[in-house]
Amino acid sequence: MIEWTGAIVQGVLLGGLYALFAAGLSLIFGVMRLVNIAHGDLIILAAYMGLTTTVMLGVHPFLALLIVMPLMAGLGYALQRGVLNQTLGDDILPPLLVTFGLSVIIQNALLEFYTADPRKLPGGAVETASLDLGGITVGVLPLLTFGIAVAVIAGLQFVFYRTSLGRGFRAVSDNQDIAQLMGLNKAHVFGLAMALALAVVAIAGILLGMRTSFDPAIGGGRLIFGFEAVIIGGLGNLWGTLAGGVILGVAQTLGAKIDPGYQILAGHIAFLIVLAVRPNGLFPRVEH
Amino acid sequence: MKRTTRRHVLGGLAAGVAAPAILRSTRAYAQSPTLKVGFVTPSTGPLAGFAEADDYILEGLRVHFAGGVENNGKSYQIEIIKKDSQSNPNRAAEVAAELILDDEVDIITAAATPDTTNPVADQAEINEIPCITTDAPWQPYFFGRGGNPAEGFAYTYHFFWGLEDIIANFTGLWNDAGVAKKVGGLFPNDADGNAWGHPELGLPTPLAGQGFELTDPGRYQPLTDDFSNYISAFKDAGVEIVTGVMIPPDFGTFWSQAAQQGFNPKVATVGKALLFPSAIEALGDRGVGLSSEIWWSPNHPFTSSLTGTSAGDLANGYSSATGRPWTQPIGFKHALFEVVADVIGRAEDLEDADAVSAAIAATNISTIVGDVNWSAGPVPNVTKTPLVAGQWQDNGNGVELVITHNSQAPDIPVGGELQLLG
Repeated sequence: MIEWTGAIVQGVLLGGLYALFAAGLSLIFGVMRLVNIAHGDLIILAAYMGLTTTVMLGVHPFLALLIVMPLMAGLGYALQRGVLNQTLGDDILPPLLVTFGLSVIIQNALLEFYTADPRKLPGGAVETASLDLGGITVGVLPLLTFGIAVAVIAGLQFVFYRTSLGRGFRAVSDNQDIAQLMGLNKAHVFGLAMALALAVVAIAGILLGMRTSFDPAIGGGRLIFGFEAVIIGGLGNLWGTLAGGVILGVAQTLGAKIDPGYQILAGHIAFLIVLAVRPNGLFPRVEH
Repeated sequence: MKRTTRRHVLGGLAAGVAAPAILRSTRAYAQSPTLKVGFVTPSTGPLAGFAEADDYILEGLRVHFAGGVENNGKSYQIEIIKKDSQSNPNRAAEVAAELILDDEVDIITAAATPDTTNPVADQAEINEIPCITTDAPWQPYFFGRGGNPAEGFAYTYHFFWGLEDIIANFTGLWNDAGVAKKVGGLFPNDADGNAWGHPELGLPTPLAGQGFELTDPGRYQPLTDDFSNYISAFKDAGVEIVTGVMIPPDFGTFWSQAAQQGFNPKVATVGKALLFPSAIEALGDRGVGLSSEIWWSPNHPFTSSLTGTSAGDLANGYSSATGRPWTQPIGFKHALFEVVADVIGRAEDLEDADAVSAAIAATNISTIVGDVNWSAGPVPNVTKTPLVAGQWQDNGNGVELVITHNSQAPDIPVGGELQLLG
């Protein structure tokens, strides 16, 4: 019994990581209907930025966030206004293709600058520290990751529903043209949404970099879990994304409990079941 | 001082443009004909670590080959054409076909994992071009291509070690350690993992034969984010030795989760993940004490048949030229071209693929990675180089791969004793 509880607890914590991968995707899809294929590679880019910061300044990866988050946010704004805004329109294919190209460019640029060496962010004692919760041993870093995921989702939720910026996001999300008529500059609002999304990506990248070693080619593999978490939870719903991540994580660890070969498969099956039963996800976005 | 003038440049350009056309039509009769050698390697992508020394090795060889190689009293210029497989088997097949059909190479070579060697060798076999490969265990190379030990292949040859050498070295290393014979296996669901974990052909049967108790929970998908089920299975079984064949990110995930969940094995010997110094450095303090197979090191008592350079000098030369630590593929890249040069020197007729192929089969030289002799292989078209095992140890100013076990190749000296983890 305790073993199954242990597997569920580990799965919930893993879900926190997936929710962090997914939060940025959920945000930009919710606001501008943009599917960002380069999301996984942007996470790895953030991890490398964190690496450069920790090596150059000799600071802990968490402190490096103070530098990496604004950098990624700035990059997001520039990317959205300089490139992605030009591709947005009635057709969803051009932005898809452009972000796909972006993914290839980021991977190869990272390979050029950082080589193919696997790297890891030096987290120090927190990496291996653990807590004993009545027979279940829980790593401090995964626990922290889950806590941060909850805080990030709560923060995004607050921005979305309690600030004028969030009102802008919701307005362009509902109807771009009318929002434009009401005096919102949608190009600017989209830029801000991407900036916010990449700030979250920075957090995900740093946490991933402390959890495991990374190399330039590893980003694409992370994308699928982010997508699944978003879709299980319901497109555009932030708390739903967290729930989606947790469902995915628990399905994976329970699958692995039966046979490690089923780990990834169990996650995909959970995703397919949700798609079959509730094609809009478990908690689809509330209409305003 | 002689100045370069416009006329020199134009003259040079004209000669350069005209040269390929002239050489192609008159190679056999030219004063110094050119022989083309194709080389497929994963310069970019996840396997790029295997190829990082390519340019250093090729540069050295170009200097060495500048004087040409003698065959039947005639001097041949050797042109090596390198193409990037992008770590992708489909791309490897594509560039191999380009080399064969467009560049019209006379010999094709490839190195670094079955993903590179197999598609290239398959293209060479179909197009009847002699092919030499290395740097992939021979079972996935031979059986992965549908090889039949009774027949072999006509044009494709491979030198490296095999799974049986890994098993002998790993078990030898663990016997040296003197810990409980309880082994936890981490095998991914990929070509390597399935080969290593195969009940009869992989680790399980020989381990059981030597009294090791293997806990193998099953095949995980590469790039998984959670190993907690493996860790609890290992803890329950009292595992003291961890083994497997993992990619570095997976081992990184497993190794930090193991620490978080209080699982501290005494020995961790993992293939593939722990080959490169960069992978160990990425693990920080927790990288010291991990053990791995060793195909080649600067301490191997071998010298190049081509340049007379010792293993140590080759490794030091690379480190001082690039500022990066030596890696195991360096020796094999050099050896690959040692074999090529030897074959070119001996072939009865370089214009005839069958004669070149026969020359490869008759190879018997001592290279910088050991003896290469295709008459002494486990199956046709395959020959083995020696394999030892060792541990990453802290030598005061960084980690260093020290040979601790050499029962399979006693002429390679050990550099220290295995130290237990934690």
